[in-house]
Amino acid sequence: MAGAPSLALRKPSVIPGFGLTLGFVLTYLGLVVLIPLAALVLKTAGLGWSGFLAIASDERTIAALWLSFSLSLVAAAINAVFGLVIAWVLVRYRFPGRRILDAMVDLPFALPTAVAGIALTALYAPNGWVGQYLEPLGIKVAYTPLGILVALVFIGIPFVVRTVQPVIEDLDSEVQEAAATLGATRLDTLARIVLPTLIPALLTGFALALARAVGEYGSVIFIAGNIPYVSEIAPLLIVVKLTEYNYAGATAIATLMLLISFALLLAINLLQAWSRRGFDRG
Amino acid sequence: MADVAISPPAVHRPVTTEPRAARIVLIAVAVLFLAFFLLLPLVVVFVEALGAGIGTYWKALVDKDALAAIRLTLLVAAIAVPANLVFGVAASWLIAKFEFRGKSVLTTLIDLPFSVSPVTSGLIYVLVFGAQGLLGPWLAAHGVKIIFAVPGIVLATIFVTFPFVARELIPIMQDQGTEDEEAAASLGAHGLTTFFRVTLPNIKWALLYGVLLCNARAMGEFGAVSVVSGKIRGQTNTMPLQVEILYNEYSYVAAFAVASLLALLALVTLAVKSFLEWRYAGELAAQRRH
Repeated sequence: MAGAPSLALRKPSVIPGFGLTLGFVLTYLGLVVLIPLAALVLKTAGLGWSGFLAIASDERTIAALWLSFSLSLVAAAINAVFGLVIAWVLVRYRFPGRRILDAMVDLPFALPTAVAGIALTALYAPNGWVGQYLEPLGIKVAYTPLGILVALVFIGIPFVVRTVQPVIEDLDSEVQEAAATLGATRLDTLARIVLPTLIPALLTGFALALARAVGEYGSVIFIAGNIPYVSEIAPLLIVVKLTEYNYAGATAIATLMLLISFALLLAINLLQAWSRRGFDRG
Repeated sequence: MADVAISPPAVHRPVTTEPRAARIVLIAVAVLFLAFFLLLPLVVVFVEALGAGIGTYWKALVDKDALAAIRLTLLVAAIAVPANLVFGVAASWLIAKFEFRGKSVLTTLIDLPFSVSPVTSGLIYVLVFGAQGLLGPWLAAHGVKIIFAVPGIVLATIFVTFPFVARELIPIMQDQGTEDEEAAASLGAHGLTTFFRVTLPNIKWALLYGVLLCNARAMGEFGAVSVVSGKIRGQTNTMPLQVEILYNEYSYVAAFAVASLLALLALVTLAVKSFLEWRYAGELAAQRRH
């Protein structure tokens, strides 16, 4: 309460275990997460600017990064639209099977990615359950970038649904009723009252789905076809470099991916702060 | 009065919902999307696995390498999950019960593994422990093998499942405040007694929830493990890696048979998770709000 903002490490407390848990948490975090990640930074620094730029400007690296990030953005956008619809339907409407549908949303969290990968490939291969109907239409999904998109949409859907759902549950119906009383159509109310409230959560879900999609490996490599310059994602290129014992290349691409991801997430955070401010003012 | 009676009921729908037609269209979109993207992949796993008959299915599961993969997966989870459980409890106690400098930085660092690609998670251990890694020469001189061996698989699995338990516990323990523990401590209770008798009963369902998710990921991890495993048959192949190897050898039935076990694990995980959410909604609510 009172007193100068002390330089002490912590506020006094009668609860025991501060020193013990702090020591254990920092040691474990350091050994398992921080030191290995520091090795990545160290290795990247060891490459020097010219070495790093040489790998970063390699055409195959650029193609893989472009493919990973552009497809992840598209997948996250698809997830944002359908995730919003799914969350809305699950919270606002009552229909048979709703509970099962709700539980199913988490499947991509629980199903191992390799299993998802071979299952999606079996479905979308030219002779698969879905692929055989798309083949005559000239649409090839498996072994093309479109297949990668399908896998990334699969993996990202729960992120949007689960972040938007609680916000829809907490929606204030009084404001909507007021809008309706004042003569707004339902569509007006949804677009001008409800949607702006959901935008920050929707952006969070979009960001989470994007971050997951960029790094995704298991569900993608089976369906992708993995042709360099065409359907080779960045995480796969890291693995390729590793199998060639090209540790410098693998490290540089991993660092690039982290840097671009952080820049994107930062941009989304700023967008989110801006959308919140806009909403508060309105 | 008579007028009210004949007017169609649709006119009286609440102003805070959509017209019936719009509702039906939206429900149809949601159901079709989930059926196509989530249900169908799940169904195809079991159909492909059992397509050649139950005998073939069983033979694929009792195959020597498949059994070795199952054993290794169970072993890895049996080490990684308890390790992260202990860490999660310690971290949430530290973050929820004390005020100290650098707390928000620490919270961010705990979530860090979630924003790293699984492949990168494996790579960092190769950079530390691999033959050309920082500690590689020293390890080789002492005959310790971590990369392309079980310890590397365990480490990579611990890394990717690192935040799960802590993440579930921190918000709920923060919500519960510190008064109960302070009272217990004032009355002279020992630290561990306080934890087991006062704190644990309040967080047990959230703890179980976190362990469940941690376990599902630990058994199913593919990217990180594939980088550090070396994929030696019968030795360093976990179930997901075994699925990949079988699939790449065109042994589809066998690949889907092993995959079906993992899919079954996912279904059980989802069922228990839904049950916990339904039965203990209040006690898990903290995490929903954050």
